Amino acid sequence: MAEGAFAQAQPAGPPVAQSRPRFGRVRRLFRNGLPIGPLLLFGMVVIAGLSGDGLAPHDPGALNLGAAFRPPAWLAGGSAAHLFGTDNLGRDIFSRVIVGANIALVVAAYAIVLSGTVGALVGMVAGFFGGAVDALVMRLVDIQMSIPSLALALVLAAVLNPGLSTVVIVITITYWTWYARIIRGEILSLKERDYVALARVAGVSTPVIFARHLLPNILNTLLVLATLQIGQVIIFEASLSFLGLGIQSPDVSWGLMLADARNYIQNAWWAITIPGVAIALTCLSANLIGDWLRDTIDPKRRQL
Amino acid sequence: MSTPLLEIQGLTKHFPARSGRGTVRAVEDVSFSIGPGETFALVGESGCGKTTITKLILGLETRTAGEIRFDGLDIASGRAANIRAYRRQAQAVFQDPYASLNPRIRVRTIVAEPLMAQGIGDRASREARVREVLEVVGLPASAADLYPHEFSGGQRQRIAIARALALQPRFIVLDEPISALDVSIRAQILNLLADIQDEFGLTYLIVAHDLALVEHFSSQVGVMYLGSLVELGATEDVFARPAHPYTQALLASVPRPDPDHRAPVAVIRGEIGSATAPPPGCRFHPRCPRAMPVCAVDAPGRWSLDAGHWASCHLLDPALGEQPRMEPVS
Repeated sequence: MAEGAFAQAQPAGPPVAQSRPRFGRVRRLFRNGLPIGPLLLFGMVVIAGLSGDGLAPHDPGALNLGAAFRPPAWLAGGSAAHLFGTDNLGRDIFSRVIVGANIALVVAAYAIVLSGTVGALVGMVAGFFGGAVDALVMRLVDIQMSIPSLALALVLAAVLNPGLSTVVIVITITYWTWYARIIRGEILSLKERDYVALARVAGVSTPVIFARHLLPNILNTLLVLATLQIGQVIIFEASLSFLGLGIQSPDVSWGLMLADARNYIQNAWWAITIPGVAIALTCLSANLIGDWLRDTIDPKRRQL
Repeated sequence: MSTPLLEIQGLTKHFPARSGRGTVRAVEDVSFSIGPGETFALVGESGCGKTTITKLILGLETRTAGEIRFDGLDIASGRAANIRAYRRQAQAVFQDPYASLNPRIRVRTIVAEPLMAQGIGDRASREARVREVLEVVGLPASAADLYPHEFSGGQRQRIAIARALALQPRFIVLDEPISALDVSIRAQILNLLADIQDEFGLTYLIVAHDLALVEHFSSQVGVMYLGSLVELGATEDVFARPAHPYTQALLASVPRPDPDHRAPVAVIRGEIGSATAPPPGCRFHPRCPRAMPVCAVDAPGRWSLDAGHWASCHLLDPALGEQPRMEPVS
């Protein structure tokens, strides 16, 4: 709004404030420059993940034993038909990397939404109510953090069936503590704000205080935490699938591709290297985007 | 004084100490009352318990002992109906207008929040009320559409005041309402507070450390030291005849616009004592320029000076002090 108009409209008013320049949230995102490379890379992963089979030149599950261990197109003996070559069963690695992106992103999305929701809710309640609730919840967090997540995955995979939902459950159980701790700390400081005290003075109910005064103020932190978590979740899913505790064939997962190719590393290095590079680049770009988002919208969280 | 609107009797608040051992005696046996339309000022150093008292009065902390009555209703015991009735009649304005407005919601919601919380009016009537109180505090109705960061400190404090007025309260707690503002804005906000007090017949409890402000703004003043009231009376009496050495020191420290005035040097020394282990006897004695042996042993009683003016100091005891003129308050 125009400052001049404000000043005139003000009877007996103070010399009106220079209202501070309005920093659009979107504008602020560009202040530090965009991480072009990571955004492009991760964008490609997202497109591949969303398209699923659509972009894949071959059926990712189609066996062709006659065409096993074809090298990538740029090596002698490679052909444009199999850009990244083929694996021990003659499946097209390029198609499998594309389809594997889908699993990686689906797992990341479910796991992040679930662990973020659970962790944020628990953290908010613990931070806000304090006392016995807080002590109980935080001890639970400590216990959870002392259990190795791979051991937990083993048990869960034995009890439940290994597969996508087990992976999501294991990741949620592992990562909710991370959100809970950080959100709790955030709430501890937020709940002491004067506007929360004033809301209580006005008789605002606790659920409304949560919805109006606390939740909107932790959304930035949640967004940053979630972005920073993408890379970790993708690696975790790959590890579980590699160990046979996660995604099962015939579904395609990057971790599973590593496991399948591991025996042939001597004569077909590309079959294990290419999914490995896919995991590494995806996680790297997700982490770089997360760092950038954190530095840009939530500078006080540098230590994460 | 007519029937008091707010009556505080023996109010005490102890916190468990951070270290886990001992208690912080933040407020110890404080009693005062505020008549309708009056302005009661609490003054004292940082950490003397002023803000804890306001939190107790606003129901943000629960008391350890003592009574708080508002318009005859007991509001300290936690009876829901009493508290609900009280919430409509008591509001607060805090020191920092940057901290007291949620940066993520529009001024409209900030000002209307007490109305919504109390379930008063529909959307249209609340909107009308928001416009009305914004006008009272000198802001245009269009301010309702903006976010707090689009305003200066002074304007933010006006918004905070508008919000406090929305429910048409009878009583407002002002916790250092101007000390965070630019000097050039302070007088305007004070005038605004005085105007709305006249217009709406408000009763104020103001916490301040600016004694010049207290002298002009309040009708009663209570001086606190380390959790206790040490002197209380009508503002003019306390300022004309301060009886407690601590009050005298506070008043002597006020700068005066007189180039020939020489401030007395170092009237009191040191820091405010520990509320975890308050000094025995009179809590002020380690810093008191006129301390006597008895001060380290016995807590002084209250000695009446003028009507409604008392101080808690052994110097006023005719059996001990230099000026034998006092009667103990029963």
